[in-house]
Amino acid sequence: MTALTNDHDTHDHDDHHHHEAEAADRYMFGFWLYVISDCLLFCTLFATYAVMSQNFAGGITPHELFDLNFVAVETALLLLSSFTFGMAMLGANEENMGRMKLWLKITALLGLGFLAMEIYEFVHFSHEGATPQTSGYWTAFYSLVATHGLHVTVGLVWMAILFVHFNRDGFSHENKIRLACLSLFWHFLDIIWICVFSFVYLRGAM
Amino acid sequence: MSSSEKTHGGQAHGSVKEYVVGLILSIVLTAIPFYLVMSGVASDTFTVIAIVVAAIAQVLVQMVFFLHMNGSSDQTWLTASAIYTVFILLFVIVGSLWIFEHLNHNMLMGH
Repeated sequence: MTALTNDHDTHDHDDHHHHEAEAADRYMFGFWLYVISDCLLFCTLFATYAVMSQNFAGGITPHELFDLNFVAVETALLLLSSFTFGMAMLGANEENMGRMKLWLKITALLGLGFLAMEIYEFVHFSHEGATPQTSGYWTAFYSLVATHGLHVTVGLVWMAILFVHFNRDGFSHENKIRLACLSLFWHFLDIIWICVFSFVYLRGAM
Repeated sequence: MSSSEKTHGGQAHGSVKEYVVGLILSIVLTAIPFYLVMSGVASDTFTVIAIVVAAIAQVLVQMVFFLHMNGSSDQTWLTASAIYTVFILLFVIVGSLWIFEHLNHNMLMGH
């Protein structure tokens, strides 16, 4: 932790909190760089999806399968979870452990609900004859949507690990950075989902 | 409202008010395209444009109200890398569509 702040000694050497804030800034910026590179990964998947958007190969089309009511509920769960994570961050800023944990638990439940719906949807689509092997379109669909789902899964695992960290060390400097990084990651996943429901589901259902 | 209190990552802490406003705007910007597609009241062209505009608007809303990005001077690198990313996204997506459109066209029309 301190290694990163050493070169700042020249212009600031009296304020420990200032050093911690500087270190946190660097960690957050590093994580931000990861997030935008992840954004480029999704960008290639969206580009593939766009190119494949009419390649049904005579198979079932999204228009026949997509249920927008279902997608609206998925969207509501993920959007609300982004909001409740914000509430957890506010609790963390006040170092209010009870409030932070409560909101984080709600966030995890909403995330789990979203994931369960997505898995159900994939199983349902497969039964209806839309598997990744069906056509170029469905390959691109599953690649894109499942990659997002995989990220949500990782976010949930990360959340569980953070609970262990917070139980052990409380509001330590490291834990606050970890929580802030996960918050950035979680909001990012919601932003990706905006593009998924708009360009995949809404457009596909038209 | 101490909504601009500074903290880690050049991000402001945010406030309950900020998150609530972000949530409400997001709900509105989600409801509009869903309504248009599900009811089919508008023409296809209008609906597609509305979907795109609402999606871009909601991404911006969440970047401002949830990620607390505001383009201020202490976020220079954040803003610069975000703008750079947007350009790359446009190149990849528009470029791919453009190239494949030409390929499809030339192969199907038998030039």
